[in-house]
Amino acid sequence: MITDQETKDVSSPTSTRTDGAAGPPPPIRKIMLDAPPTVAPAAPVSAGGHAATSGAARHERGEAGPERMSLQALSVFYGDNEAVKQVSLSIRLGEVLALIGPSGCGKTTLLRTLNRLTELTPGASRSGTILLDGTDVDDLEATTLRRRVSMVFQQPNPFPMSIFDNVAYALREQSRKKPGRSVIEPLVEDALHRAGLWDEVKDKLDAPALRLSGGQQQRLCIARAIATRPEVLLMDEPCSALDPRSTAVIEQLIGELRTDLAIVIVTHNMQQARRVGDKVAFMYLGDLVEYGPAEQIFDAPQAQRTRDYVHGAFG
Amino acid sequence: MAVIAAKPRRQSMADWRWGDRIAYVMCWAAGLGLCLIAALIVGYMAVRGVQYLKPSLLWSHPSGEVDQSASGGFLDPILGTILLTIIGIVIATPIAVAAAIWIVEYGRPKGLARAVESGIEVVAGTPDIVLAIFGLALFQHGLFGWMSFTAEGGAVFGRSFLTAGAMMSLIALPMVFGATREGLQSIPRHVREASYGLGKTKIATIRRVLLPAVRPNISTGAALGMGRIAGDTAIVVILLGATLRLEKEGAIPGADVLKGTGSTLTSYVYNNSPAGEGNAPEKAYAAAFVLLLLVVALNFAVDLIARRGAKTGLEGTRLGAGR
Repeated sequence: MITDQETKDVSSPTSTRTDGAAGPPPPIRKIMLDAPPTVAPAAPVSAGGHAATSGAARHERGEAGPERMSLQALSVFYGDNEAVKQVSLSIRLGEVLALIGPSGCGKTTLLRTLNRLTELTPGASRSGTILLDGTDVDDLEATTLRRRVSMVFQQPNPFPMSIFDNVAYALREQSRKKPGRSVIEPLVEDALHRAGLWDEVKDKLDAPALRLSGGQQQRLCIARAIATRPEVLLMDEPCSALDPRSTAVIEQLIGELRTDLAIVIVTHNMQQARRVGDKVAFMYLGDLVEYGPAEQIFDAPQAQRTRDYVHGAFG
Repeated sequence: MAVIAAKPRRQSMADWRWGDRIAYVMCWAAGLGLCLIAALIVGYMAVRGVQYLKPSLLWSHPSGEVDQSASGGFLDPILGTILLTIIGIVIATPIAVAAAIWIVEYGRPKGLARAVESGIEVVAGTPDIVLAIFGLALFQHGLFGWMSFTAEGGAVFGRSFLTAGAMMSLIALPMVFGATREGLQSIPRHVREASYGLGKTKIATIRRVLLPAVRPNISTGAALGMGRIAGDTAIVVILLGATLRLEKEGAIPGADVLKGTGSTLTSYVYNNSPAGEGNAPEKAYAAAFVLLLLVVALNFAVDLIARRGAKTGLEGTRLGAGR
């Protein structure tokens, strides 16, 4: 409801602010207008460094690892509409980055841009640089990139084949000769183990994957995504189609997987971001408003709009 | 009041407006009427069929005798129906599936995609007799001499199982195409993206994810198309020659049947009906009953496939529902 108003606000911040100053705006809008339109953290990189130590101390997880992906002034356009505006972020091994923000703020677009899935959307274009371990992702082949930066979707979407084949499908190279089952089997088992699904499915690996429950299906999708040992795992609201119990299982799994992966998770559930996120990035209307350690975003946000959002003033 | 409130929601028709009552009764009447017509057709054919159908008819060759006790059964038409149906569907299915995949997954340029779709619609809407005449003109060209009997001097007969099957495939093609296209369209986008997200190419996604997912749709379309082929008469009469027996042509075993002519149950019924030259209505009824059984069996197969698809495929699952 407020989105249209806000779009105008951001596109012409000065004029809107004078408007807001001129007339007494309704309460919610007032909160929005009082905030500066774009508040980026003073120095994202230093904030990141600070976050690594405090986040580690808080969760006793050890230091965040080296930087895996780095976004520099990333903008994504759908036609003329700028969905992600000049976002710079770094994604580190061993930590979970949670992207939060209201619907339509560009967080899913940002996530899908990381493995160049937005390229499949007609009319989408991108500017800025994304580095994966120092290599520009545009220099990688899309298939290679997506094996290294794999993705889990909102809807559990196993393929219409057996449980085994779902994981094996991800593992098989694009080669004419298929590796035999004896080669693939240990890898499949390992992926299912890491996704915490092995004990539940070890006796029915050849059963259709679509017979599993929703939570099991989603863990199968995670197993599929981590089977190729990617460096970064992207999760687009992985729990929003699941019941609370399955959600808890997946959140615990995210915590376990973090040790050897960089995870980026999109969620509009702030409690979930707080539970699973080491770092949190708050996006609003395409802007990266604030980025920092989870407890800073939730307990001591610096930007007015972050404060309003995490306290439920809008969203 | 309390009693009324406690009543279930079913309203009595007494409160209805007259227009609603009439419409309601007419809907009922239409449904019951159609059931009645179907029952009449099947019942009449069953009575007549059982009356005249002797097991020997099913496995004796027909022959052109005036004396009906010596004119044999309809083994050749049964074989002809099966053979023609198989040829038609084998040609139609790969083309239709490929076209559907191209339309849904690629479909660029848009204008060409629209042209392809309307082309298939035109084929679907063309009367079979028009297809037959066109096919005869086409396959009598010297270029297609290998498909049928070629007389000395180069005149091409144009009638054979191959030419009739090729035209029959056009009858089945729109059915398979439509079913496959609908199946592909019902697969949510995120399923494709999940495959791309694993670093798979589009071709791998189509082959390993989309095709298995639409297999029930393809089967349904193919079964419907086979029903259409088995029930078609015009193409048989004009392009298959409607010869009483399977007449082989050429010297290569197997291929000689394909290159030769024959008949199907439909043309057999036509020729033995009072309208045809055989004038043996008893045999026409018996053959028509067999044909009816065949087509009804195909329709049941369609149902079965659709239901099995609902259990194992994407339809009706979380995935199908969650788009």
